[in-house]
Amino acid sequence: MTTVSMTVNGQSVTADVDPRTLLVQFLREHLRLTGTHVGCDTSQCGACVVHLNDQAVKSCTVLAMQADGGSVITIEGLAQGSELHPMQAAFREHHGLQCGFCTPGMIMSAIDIVNRKGAALDEKTIRAELDGNLCRCTGYHNIVKAIAAGARAMSQVPAARQAAE
Amino acid sequence: MTATGIGAPVRRKEDQRFVTGQGRYVDDFNRPGQAYAYFLRSPHAHAAIRSIDTGAARAMPGVLAVFTGEDLAADKIGGLICGWMIHSKDGSPMKAGPHPALAQGKVRYVGDHVAVVIAETLAQAKDAAEAIIVDYDVLPAVVDTAQAQKAPVQVHDVAPDNTVFSWHLGDKGAAEAAFARARHVTSIDLVNNRLVPNAIEPRAAIGEYDPGTDGYTLYTTSQNPHVARLVLSAFIGIAPEHRLRVIAPDVGGGFGSKIFIYAEETVCVWAAKKVRRPVKWTADRTEAFLADAHGRDHVTHAEMATDENGRILGLRVRTTANLGAYLSTFASSVPTYLYAPLLSGQYDIPAIYCEVDGVYTNTAPVDAYRGAGRPEATFVLERLVEKTARELGQDPAEFRRRNYIRTFPHQTPVIMTYDTGDYEASLDKALELADYKGFPERRRESARRGKLRGIGFSSYIEACGIAPSQAVGSLGAGVGLWESAEVRVNPTGSVEVLTGSHSHGQGHETTFAQLVSDRLGIPIEQVSIVHGDTDKVQFGMGTYGSRSGAVGMSAIAKALDKVIAKGKKVAAHVLEASENDIEFKDGKFAVAGTDRALGFGEVALQAYVAHKFSGQDLEPGLKEGAFYDPTNFTFPAGVHICEVEIDPDTGVTTIERWTAVDDFGVIINPMIVEGQVHGGIAQGVGQALLEGAVYDRDGQLVTASYNDYCMPRAIDLPSFQVGMTVTPCPSNPLGIKGCGEAGAIAAPPAVINAITDALGHEDISMPATSQAVWRAAQKARMPMAAE
Repeated sequence: MTTVSMTVNGQSVTADVDPRTLLVQFLREHLRLTGTHVGCDTSQCGACVVHLNDQAVKSCTVLAMQADGGSVITIEGLAQGSELHPMQAAFREHHGLQCGFCTPGMIMSAIDIVNRKGAALDEKTIRAELDGNLCRCTGYHNIVKAIAAGARAMSQVPAARQAAE
Repeated sequence: MTATGIGAPVRRKEDQRFVTGQGRYVDDFNRPGQAYAYFLRSPHAHAAIRSIDTGAARAMPGVLAVFTGEDLAADKIGGLICGWMIHSKDGSPMKAGPHPALAQGKVRYVGDHVAVVIAETLAQAKDAAEAIIVDYDVLPAVVDTAQAQKAPVQVHDVAPDNTVFSWHLGDKGAAEAAFARARHVTSIDLVNNRLVPNAIEPRAAIGEYDPGTDGYTLYTTSQNPHVARLVLSAFIGIAPEHRLRVIAPDVGGGFGSKIFIYAEETVCVWAAKKVRRPVKWTADRTEAFLADAHGRDHVTHAEMATDENGRILGLRVRTTANLGAYLSTFASSVPTYLYAPLLSGQYDIPAIYCEVDGVYTNTAPVDAYRGAGRPEATFVLERLVEKTARELGQDPAEFRRRNYIRTFPHQTPVIMTYDTGDYEASLDKALELADYKGFPERRRESARRGKLRGIGFSSYIEACGIAPSQAVGSLGAGVGLWESAEVRVNPTGSVEVLTGSHSHGQGHETTFAQLVSDRLGIPIEQVSIVHGDTDKVQFGMGTYGSRSGAVGMSAIAKALDKVIAKGKKVAAHVLEASENDIEFKDGKFAVAGTDRALGFGEVALQAYVAHKFSGQDLEPGLKEGAFYDPTNFTFPAGVHICEVEIDPDTGVTTIERWTAVDDFGVIINPMIVEGQVHGGIAQGVGQALLEGAVYDRDGQLVTASYNDYCMPRAIDLPSFQVGMTVTPCPSNPLGIKGCGEAGAIAAPPAVINAITDALGHEDISMPATSQAVWRAAQKARMPMAAE
């Protein structure tokens, strides 16, 4: 067993884990943050995407130990109370989800795309940047619309709010 | 139309929990004292099991138990069943081989279940599974659909030549006569590629046993929890039906693959009693590839006869359908009654004859996958129609138009009576939206850039709203396919609707609530939809075959009618009027012609207070149930047009435009319906361009991960142009037809027809990968050089 400490959604956590524990297992099984999902075993589907130190990572490919000392944001950490993050709101408004299983990873990836590429995203860019996430329900049509709208909405969010993220 | 009523694009109620990570899928549940199951799977496609030594594994750290097929047999646990009986041409019943949940004596495909380890942790269970020693006598395997009946390998003793059934439908003599008088005959050979459904949530199960009540609970990723309970109790013998609770909570996509009763959930609930601990199993993706039921896998030769006017005279189809190593729950119905009755498509075809041989191979079981039989039928017909039109030198749209059915009801020569439709209206709208007139110029423009452009049509029809019970019973179904609903009105006027349908992404919590809100005149927030728990919902048949709207919502509508009727009685007592004078409108029970009225909530409260009618005939309370069994299937239909551009130097096919015009009858929520169409198209495009399950000669699945099986990603697809036409369905009270499978049915022939149009020849099979298209393009350019 080894001890890991990190900040998850703004809260400090410390735990003893088996060294082979993946970050996604740590989140789901130790912290019961089950919004982060596991859809494959080859890091292809993206259902497990979280932010580690402000970058999107596939938490099925990161050992919990590798996140030691870091800051993790999961889907549970996006909304401010009952107020959805603009990207969450955009997915809902544009019907960018159906079964909802890939959705947390999609939203985390989408925010990362905006963080990297800015708020003015064309369709081609969004589609290309989504190559790490699979959705089997929506045909991506509404996900693309949601991300474009979410990106615009994120640029409207007051700076104070973004700093908090 | 109100803001939340029928026809409104209401934002989904369920999304709040999904976008915040508060959904509850099976793997998110953890039960006190939970242990973990790991299945040891066969590495061989076909082998006799000489012995299984579990001694070392049992002694491993954390191991609670190791079970094999012998343990199940000792407990008299039965095998998994196929619930649809098919008879061969000679009248003999299909040859169903045994399907034990854990192998007994033999394994029949890579991934077959050999043993299960139950341990304190999943890692310990996996470690222990490696210590199980199985002595296999490896046997030759058969995997190829077309060769299955000729192979010197027999998958099941009961099925000589690996033939499960040799079935047929239609009038052979009439078809032969049609071909005898034909001016032109077009023939085609097709493979409908084998697919893996790939819901992004892998299957999972938790079995639990309570010795205090002798009660069992199964949490499972199921599209139909009641049917799972029925099969587990009545046929497999796990537990009595009334002591087994099956819960299917949020389910992360199904597409058919979660309809079936699988070995893993069966074993988890049985093992929970053996080890006196909850037992959890979650598939990893490789297990999903190996052991989820696959879809499609047909080899077909088909012919179409036409007369001198370009009218279709007849159709002959000969199909071999791979059913895999065992018959899955509904496997036998898919290539038979869900396939051949759709071969008439949208066309008035006087004579059709279809023969289907179902075959065993050493591959994963094949069963229903989105569309189930209907995509296969549409692919055969629409490829053949396209080829015929080209051979006759006719515009493919006009050839279709000339042969469309125009009067309804229409009896096809293959069982179905189409109730209503307007196929020309869909075609006209699609041609306009797709700017078909502008296509030649776009093609010339592509050519100027050295690219090949093609356009492909698909006029599809499907029989969905899978029911009615009498009809499916006469075709061999082991169950009736009605649906149930219960509407519970609370004293405060809020409403809970218990439905036998199951939502795994379709948005029932919203659309069903829209119907209730519309009918009762109450805010949608006052309505909750309950599903997926056999302890709450008395019985139901689940969701598949686009039946939730047409059948499930019709049951709700019927129950709502009863609620309103009872409400009128209550209102009559309270308002001291005659029941016949009470009108219900806009959420109010009013005495006709007066201003005396009670709101829905006031009547609900009075129904429970019961002061006004105590001791009279009227019972207190406001709760009504209904079972609804429709009179016919529903027949959604439409036209999809795909326009592609191919780079002949690389073989890369880009979908430039997608136009879909569908007739789904009355639409409850257009936003959700369009979303269903988008998803269906993506799966159909996946089949056409990218996806294919490939077994090697020895039966190893070489496409057992997302590294090897190419799933459609965002970059592979365009945005879709979706239009609708509406002919209300006359066989259910809501006029709904169903939309879930349309895209997956329509898309494959549209894509392939477009590619063949671009390449100028017919020789391209699915998946039309870049490599395949490049080869075909080279062949078209330089026929000799490419040989």
